[in-house]
Amino acid sequence: MTKQSRQEMTEKTPSIYPVKTKLQITIIFFIVIGFYLFSMFWTQREMVGGFGNALGNMYVVIEKFFPPNLEVIPKVWGEMAQTIQMAIIATTLAAILTVPLALLSAQNITTFKPLYLITRTFLNILRTIPDLVLAVIFVGLFGVGLLPGILALFIFSLGILAKLISETIESVDMNPLEAMRASGGNVFQVIYFGLVPQVLPQFTSFVLYVFEINIRASVVLGLVGAGGIGLVLDQQLGFYNYPNAMAIIILIFIVVIVIEFISNKLREALI
Amino acid sequence: MIEFKDVGLVYPNGTVGLKNINATIKDGEFVVIVGLSGAGKSTFIRSINRLVTPTSGVLSIDNENILGYKGSDLRKLRTKIGMIFQNYNLVKRTNVLKNVLAGRLGHTGTLRSILNLYQKEDISLAYESLQRVNIGEKIYNRADELSGGQQQRVSIARVLTQQPKYILADEPVASLDPPTSHQVMTYLKKINKEDKITTIVNLHFIDMAMEYADRIIGMRAGEIVFDGPASEVTEKTFEEIYGRSIREDDLRGGANKS
Repeated sequence: MTKQSRQEMTEKTPSIYPVKTKLQITIIFFIVIGFYLFSMFWTQREMVGGFGNALGNMYVVIEKFFPPNLEVIPKVWGEMAQTIQMAIIATTLAAILTVPLALLSAQNITTFKPLYLITRTFLNILRTIPDLVLAVIFVGLFGVGLLPGILALFIFSLGILAKLISETIESVDMNPLEAMRASGGNVFQVIYFGLVPQVLPQFTSFVLYVFEINIRASVVLGLVGAGGIGLVLDQQLGFYNYPNAMAIIILIFIVVIVIEFISNKLREALI
Repeated sequence: MIEFKDVGLVYPNGTVGLKNINATIKDGEFVVIVGLSGAGKSTFIRSINRLVTPTSGVLSIDNENILGYKGSDLRKLRTKIGMIFQNYNLVKRTNVLKNVLAGRLGHTGTLRSILNLYQKEDISLAYESLQRVNIGEKIYNRADELSGGQQQRVSIARVLTQQPKYILADEPVASLDPPTSHQVMTYLKKINKEDKITTIVNLHFIDMAMEYADRIIGMRAGEIVFDGPASEVTEKTFEEIYGRSIREDDLRGGANKS
């Protein structure tokens, strides 16, 4: 009797998710697991031989690269500075141009739909181009040097920044903006007083983050001829001058760590 | 003077917001609009400063039809109408003084306001307004450091700084506790009397409506179903407006201060 009534109870108790959602989630879960297992199987097959060789090569590599020739560091100091300057210029330009683009691609600010769709599509296309491809194109256009590197980094960071910031704008509290509008403020005043204070900390944080990415990316871009320390690294590797290359790698490593440390501290102070 | 003549509003999704609204609000009046949620109180109030736009009829303020206003006409209209919101609508990360100065935006040029070059008089006006609502000592606090009642007082100060001819208050006490609610309503009433600012307040608490209003407008399903001086209003009137008997949660309580 009591057992029966409890059974009735369990039949009536609803589950937390609807049956349909549960089914969908289960199917997606198994598909992901399937992909995972398949990729594991496939790459293992490719890697088994590779690993054995890698261990053997390890000794050769270490012997070639060590000891690093630290005397080369003062000579490449200029190029290192160039790399940092490339990142600074590109990030600053991108941060400035991001502002209008992010506003135009935020649905809650740009209520005129065609404009919003055009900017959004433009940014999506911008983001699909890898930074390395951009650098190769610009080196082709402007020749080897700093300018193609800066342009490549600029477009690359513009894509990321505008996306991140337009999404921050879309998640903003719209109530203060309504209050500003109700008190007779024009569009610029509404944005400047209602919106900017809400997104400024995130904006600074994202700009610093993109700056860090740019420092690393500018090294890679140097490899394809876009100036800076990467170019020197590529040359040294090309001359099989591994101790010099190792010293440069260590230098890059330290500079990146220092810059990340500084920007982390800045970010903590801001938020 | 605000005049509604056969004003109607249908939202794009087909919902009827207002239906055949006829009302005249004279200068200096303190009008409370009552009604259940969804009765059209907010739509009524937001039509006046055109945060929503009625789709038919004539709505004139100071003898000018405002329904066709665009751009700078609209902004000029809004500078003379202050608004107070249920959620205070302050910029949370900005300090109190800057929030209050936002009330001067309509009177200040774009460049001037963006460079923070407010006129000296504007800043002292903002400070006086804050003192009038007894919150003058908090000017450098961030808005989100204040309690709900304090934030609502800051938003009243913002409206005062705007020096409007009309004040609209959309459910100004719905997020506050009873004592703070009375405090906020008392400030609104005081400003109405001292500065002769026409004030229109949305409320759903009937005891507060009866205590503070000169005139009560009752709304149901987008229509005005009652319009008369507060002295004529009884519980019976409210039962007619709400279309049901009065319940405990229609009263704010806490009014026994005298």
